[in-house]
Amino acid sequence: MTTELTTLELVCPAGTPAALRAAVAAGADTVYVGFRDRTNARNFPGLNFDRDEMAAGIAHAHDHGRKVMVAINTFPAAGDPGPWRAAVDDADALGADAVILADIGLLDYAARARPGLRRHLSVQASASNPAAIGFYAAAFDVKRVVLPRVLTVAEIAALNRRIAVETEVFAFGGMCVMAEGRCALSSYAAGQSPNIEGVCSPAAEVRFERRGGRLISRLGQFVINDVGEGEAAGYPTLCKGRFVAGGRASYLFEEPVSLNTLAILPELMAAGVTALKIEGRQRGKAYVTRVVTAFRAAVDAAARGETVTSDLAAMTEGQGDTTGAYGRAWR
Amino acid sequence: MSGAAKLALGPVLYNWPAERLRDFYCRVADEAAIDIVYLGEVVCAKRAPFFAPHLDAVAARLARAGKEVALSTLALVMTEAELDGVRALADRDDYPIEANDISAAAMLAGRPHVIGPFINVYNEATLAYLAANGATRVALPCELAEPAIAALAHAGTAEIEVQAFGRLPLAISARCHHARSHGLHKDGCRYVCAEDADGLAVETLEGAGFLAINGTQTQSHACCNLIGEVMALAEAGVGCFRLWPQDIDMIAVAAVFRAVLDRRLDAEDGRARLAALAPDLPFANGYVHGRVGAALVAE
Repeated sequence: MTTELTTLELVCPAGTPAALRAAVAAGADTVYVGFRDRTNARNFPGLNFDRDEMAAGIAHAHDHGRKVMVAINTFPAAGDPGPWRAAVDDADALGADAVILADIGLLDYAARARPGLRRHLSVQASASNPAAIGFYAAAFDVKRVVLPRVLTVAEIAALNRRIAVETEVFAFGGMCVMAEGRCALSSYAAGQSPNIEGVCSPAAEVRFERRGGRLISRLGQFVINDVGEGEAAGYPTLCKGRFVAGGRASYLFEEPVSLNTLAILPELMAAGVTALKIEGRQRGKAYVTRVVTAFRAAVDAAARGETVTSDLAAMTEGQGDTTGAYGRAWR
Repeated sequence: MSGAAKLALGPVLYNWPAERLRDFYCRVADEAAIDIVYLGEVVCAKRAPFFAPHLDAVAARLARAGKEVALSTLALVMTEAELDGVRALADRDDYPIEANDISAAAMLAGRPHVIGPFINVYNEATLAYLAANGATRVALPCELAEPAIAALAHAGTAEIEVQAFGRLPLAISARCHHARSHGLHKDGCRYVCAEDADGLAVETLEGAGFLAINGTQTQSHACCNLIGEVMALAEAGVGCFRLWPQDIDMIAVAAVFRAVLDRRLDAEDGRARLAALAPDLPFANGYVHGRVGAALVAE
């Protein structure tokens, strides 16, 4: 007897029009993008799409039978909801297949003003249990939730048995150590936050300093790491640095590793997950091509009940990877 | 206007032993210039059973002393057991409940409740939605600058509460960093978080105070201190200021804030008194001034 296995939907990052085309060419089912402004949580200089690029990108994806989701997942500013509402309106007018939202007020606006536009719940909404997800489903008819990287695979399986909406989980790339959407570390150290400006560990606040054969990286006034000759420096994302607690220096919050779930795809499928999300809108098209190609093969193999080994080690930060919170021992 | 602003004692975020919590709240009941007291475990469900047997008696003691008591719920709710714990609190009809995760807000729909600072209320539309859902008071996230705070206070849809003193809760994780700093994990943590009554200081490699670890929660190293800003915020319509309990004389801290709000003490003198009460905690007020949170902006 053969078991019919569902193919996981592969949701891929596109920080630029070129990356979008690369993701589509490499086999993404869906790409997620943002407008070039603070309405999304990857608001880095030189990244994202203006309205014309968005229109062209959506047309390109649709021509290839793929979908586009627009992330509008920062929290609108008090007194100035305009840019976020315009982003929702424009995403709809340009033919986006879904918008990914976090803010309750904006979800309410989208549900009332653009009822036909599919709404997904961003990881930034920090909805990590059936009651929280149920709230968003009942209030705003969200069809899918991107789960915060806090649950084990077993907890995700239990969750999927309790909720009616689809789940999308991060499968590869940079990993937040803290519950997403509720982290003010970056604004505390460097004055910009994922929630408000759509930025974590802003480049404008990064300083590298060479001192006596060592390379010291700083974010704002704070030293994030200090490495010797031959040690990779890495971007000073502040939760990935080395700090001193109880007199001991260590990678206190997390080693400089990336999330990599290639080895646990069958478990994620068994847990009832609908879609895998590759992190990396700030990455170039070569990265996107390499990662999406590997995951396309892996997802298709998993759907056939086969294993695919793929070497994505070179794509992970610090050459190390982890299944992160999906394994209970990570806590 | 500022004389009408209330002072709230936030839920103790640290793993203080039950005895210490009881003694603390007895002093608060008898002596403190505090209007609202939040009780309960916000950070880690593993700690809740220690204080749970004392919760009702402490709440009653505070209520008898004329304090408004609210029961706080967990910020990060991941398991069925944690959700059951939140539901048990939300089902109570004796004290208002502070929702720190949207799951609790959903359970409290239609009944008066408080939205805690771990739910993201950044704008008028979200504020209005949650007020329509029953929120009578909303404690704002610490990141907001004064113009945003004023706009939300001005909206008048719910009473606004601002974090005005204490180490700021900046992040929460499924991982226990406190256990990790001891080479342990959340399972088998040995409750090492109980060793640090003010959180475990985290310094940079060059020895600068940066953050503090409190179980699964990461806090600022610096102690938020808005003694110089509360008058203006009260004038802008903020109804309540939250003081997070630190391992210092919080009764005296509350007295300083009350005196400044009542115009019996000027902010400069207030600052000096707070500095004497918290000699090991550097102050910060960057967020309300639209700056880096760790900054201390002079008036």
